Amino acid sequence: MALSTAPAIVRGEPLTAAAAMKRPSRFGDKAFEWLTLAMALTVIVLIVLTGWQLWQGSTLAIKKFGFHFLVTSTWDPVAEQFGALPFIYGTLVSSLIALLIAVPLGIATAAYLTELAPLWIRQPLVSLIEMLAAIPSVILGLWGIFVMIPWLRDYPFPWLRRLFGWTPFFSGSIYGPCMLAGGIIIAIMILPIITSVSREILRSVPDLQREAAYGLGATRWEATRIAVLSYAKKGLFGAVILGLGRALGETMAVTMVIGNTPQIAASLFKPGYTLASVLANEFTEATTDMYLQALFAIGLVLFGITILVNLLAQLLLRTIAKTSATRAVQ
Amino acid sequence: MRFERAHNHTWRKIKNALAVGIAFGSGILVITPLGLVFFYLLNNGIGSVNWDFFTKLPAPVGALGGGMANAIVGTLQLLALAGVIGIPVGVLGGVYLAEYGSARLNSFLRFLADVLNGIPSITWGVVVYGLIVLRFKGFSAYAGGLALALIMIPLILRTTEEVILLVPNGYREAALALGVSRWKTIVHIVMKTASKGIITGILLALARIGGETAPLLFTAFGNRFWNHNLSEPIAALPLQVFTYAISPYDDWHRQAWAGALVLVTGVFCVNILVRILTRGRGASVA
Repeated sequence: MALSTAPAIVRGEPLTAAAAMKRPSRFGDKAFEWLTLAMALTVIVLIVLTGWQLWQGSTLAIKKFGFHFLVTSTWDPVAEQFGALPFIYGTLVSSLIALLIAVPLGIATAAYLTELAPLWIRQPLVSLIEMLAAIPSVILGLWGIFVMIPWLRDYPFPWLRRLFGWTPFFSGSIYGPCMLAGGIIIAIMILPIITSVSREILRSVPDLQREAAYGLGATRWEATRIAVLSYAKKGLFGAVILGLGRALGETMAVTMVIGNTPQIAASLFKPGYTLASVLANEFTEATTDMYLQALFAIGLVLFGITILVNLLAQLLLRTIAKTSATRAVQ
Repeated sequence: MRFERAHNHTWRKIKNALAVGIAFGSGILVITPLGLVFFYLLNNGIGSVNWDFFTKLPAPVGALGGGMANAIVGTLQLLALAGVIGIPVGVLGGVYLAEYGSARLNSFLRFLADVLNGIPSITWGVVVYGLIVLRFKGFSAYAGGLALALIMIPLILRTTEEVILLVPNGYREAALALGVSRWKTIVHIVMKTASKGIITGILLALARIGGETAPLLFTAFGNRFWNHNLSEPIAALPLQVFTYAISPYDDWHRQAWAGALVLVTGVFCVNILVRILTRGRGASVA
């Protein structure tokens, strides 16, 4: 075993009499290999442990409510009736709003950074986007409460209602904290990751593509659209799904601006609630066992959704990496 | 015919200019929140960052003044606890992925680590709550540190692996040819060569978890006083910012801004340090 993993150069073992006399002990090597293997295997342990712990913590609730937990919308800790539908709805809708805002902006910025921008702008802009990614969620939430929400309430929201008030999505009174504000703050949080992953994808498009388009007389935009963006479609989709995964699990900033009311309302001006925010708000308040069980079940739902979305994203991004590598070789 | 072609050409140029303009606008829009957050942090926070802020405990409800000394120290303690668990596990795991293992097992582990990086941080809070807080009947600094460590592990694992793979094979072969054992080669030659990159990865992970709030809500829990015992609840800067931000008191809001400014300054200092460290990396490895 040790021989097969060792580099070719030590495979030839004792060549000289001196080396034959003093064979090096293999104990250190074995121990170190096993130690590092154990550490590497923690990633499997972590996933299994998380799934097991969340399941373990919510068995009673799952037994009591079963599938109804996912499709009913009463959340009443006093009567011990728990249904997660408003939270699932809130998570999906706020993430969808975030994607609608962040995907076009993120991909356009990535295209700007790799294809369209003057060279001197690129590095500073990348650095600034990395800085945006480094802002802790709670600080964006603080800014959301005291700066973004008052501004949204005074300017864009009334304007949206005047324009689109005839649709159910932008009707009703404007409170401030609401589903739309939650979606916007999530969009800000996921923009850096969508932009930087999309940028990596676009950078991996072989130059031959661009050269061919320019050779045919394409303008910069035409080359970007025909030769780069359409070529990278699948990878960009992977970036979007990765962004979706982050959006679904975003916690602090959303909790601070979404209003935290478990309801399903068509109007985006109404407060909502997400899976992650109900955990953040109510976990320490869970006074009864069933309440805690229900919250563990919420955690399980969130874990299940995000793990599936992330699996999909990683699979998409990996196939891209492989195909673009083989294409580059050809 | 000629006119049409000229017209078509102009139209294409206009379209090109429009597209570049829109893409530029998107780039500006993406970084606008960064500018705004910075402006308001400085504007609302700088006045309250003073000597008291760094040296005093939070004032009781209703009283003005006080500081976040315990939260700043608490965050450092939590980072130390998380580092004690997260750094060795992450770094050694990364070493395995880069130096040992079959291609198939490694790509599977790498894949899982990437999936783990996308799991919401609050999940780790729930898991540690079930594992530690329920079992030992109480919130504690240990629980908070563990929750943060679990976030660190996949992050450090991946960055360590990447920088170790950058070390040229010639280094390993030279050491092995001199009769140095495999593990000593890895520790003394490979990891030493990649140490700058490994430290960069660790620093980035610390900066990331230093700002985490969600996993601490029901593990570290927060504390308005000094923590003298790590099996008791402990304060953390991001937790304190959250508590103060959603409180109804103006004086607490003022302090939340100050806390946020200090936290962001810390996170950005680490990021700038990383940038300085990585500037010469390509040269040193090659």
